[in-house]
Amino acid sequence: MKRADVISAAMQVVTDELVICNIGSPSQELHAIRDRPGNFYMLGTMGQASAIGLGLALSQDRPVIAIEGDGAVLTSLGTLATIGNNPAPNFTLLVIDNGSYGSTGNQPTYTRANTALAQVAAACGCENVVECEGKDIGVVLQRALSSGKMTVIVCTCAPGNAKSPVIRMDPVVIRERFMNEVRSENT
Amino acid sequence: MGLPVTVSQIIIKELEDAGIGFVSSVPCKQLAGVIKGVDASNSIRHVPATREDEGMGLCAGAYLGGKRAAILMQNTALGVTINALATLIQFYRMPLPMLVSYRGEVGEPVACQVEMALHTKALLSQLHVPTYHFHNPEDVRELGAIIDHCFMCSKPVAVLMDAHFWKGQGE
Ligand SMILES: Cc1ncc(C[n+]2csc(CCOP(=O)(O)OP(=O)(O)O)c2C)c(N)n1
Ligand SMILES: [Mg+2]
Repeated sequence: MKRADVISAAMQVVTDELVICNIGSPSQELHAIRDRPGNFYMLGTMGQASAIGLGLALSQDRPVIAIEGDGAVLTSLGTLATIGNNPAPNFTLLVIDNGSYGSTGNQPTYTRANTALAQVAAACGCENVVECEGKDIGVVLQRALSSGKMTVIVCTCAPGNAKSPVIRMDPVVIRERFMNEVRSENT
Repeated sequence: MGLPVTVSQIIIKELEDAGIGFVSSVPCKQLAGVIKGVDASNSIRHVPATREDEGMGLCAGAYLGGKRAAILMQNTALGVTINALATLIQFYRMPLPMLVSYRGEVGEPVACQVEMALHTKALLSQLHVPTYHFHNPEDVRELGAIIDHCFMCSKPVAVLMDAHFWKGQGE
């Protein structure tokens, strides 16, 4: 399984959850698989989806899933400590660990060698850390969402990008559409 | 808290009055009193960040969730926030009051702090971030209007607060 298959399977269990997605191919694949107002595509900087997701989860009641990459988590490792110390029961961090900087040509990341992100997350104080393979993501994500506890999922899969078009939506439209969605459910 | 007396206490009151409900921070000695104040505030959720660009991500998320968010940071961190400012806060047109401890100005005891002070206004200007400089303690009275301005135009706005402004009140 590759990242696009993981996203596809994950989106099968997503209903009204708000989704914040990592830059590059992950966002493009999510957009192609299931674009919806409740998706926020972080189009600029890797390593921000987890922080945005946590800030969002702490600020309103709806469940939030941040879809991150291993490269993105490595570039902002400190954010795992912030997550571990500010648990939001409505927050799920889904790290799609393909052992590579996928969007930029599948250069290997350190998770393919000596670094275990699940252990890093646990050492950062995240209490519910689940490791799984791509094929199990549907079940694992469903369980995390119904647990009522903040969960970090590290889901391993093979590298590789699906062919999906660049997102041409205006960023302000993405943001406004998303905020309208948040408002509509909270009122 | 009684009558606000220190600039730090006035800053907290201005943040609360402006409806700020979420603050992220990375400490500076000069911000110590403000950080204590946000921790004690009933209406502000304080989430310390491990780095300032992460703090901006947290604030962006809080804003998406319907909260008014602000960041407390030192000007030495401006460099690490440029990417987050340009590709997150500005690209998606989000308001973000940045309360920036302006180290390296007259009264600074640490020579190295001057190096980033030299670049602070130039970088903010290059980024087209509206920037206000608090030098006298009474400048703090502008804060409420500046925060309103920030949310009116949906841009990051920086308030630089130098050593003369704090005059030892930051502790
Ligand atoms: C701060 C920053 N550095 C570098 C890049 C270039 N870049 C874009 S996506 C990416 C790879 C991200 O890898 P990962 O988070 O593992 O996601 P994947 O594509 O593998 O799913 C890189 C290096 C960027 N967008 N931002
Ligand atoms: Mg990756």
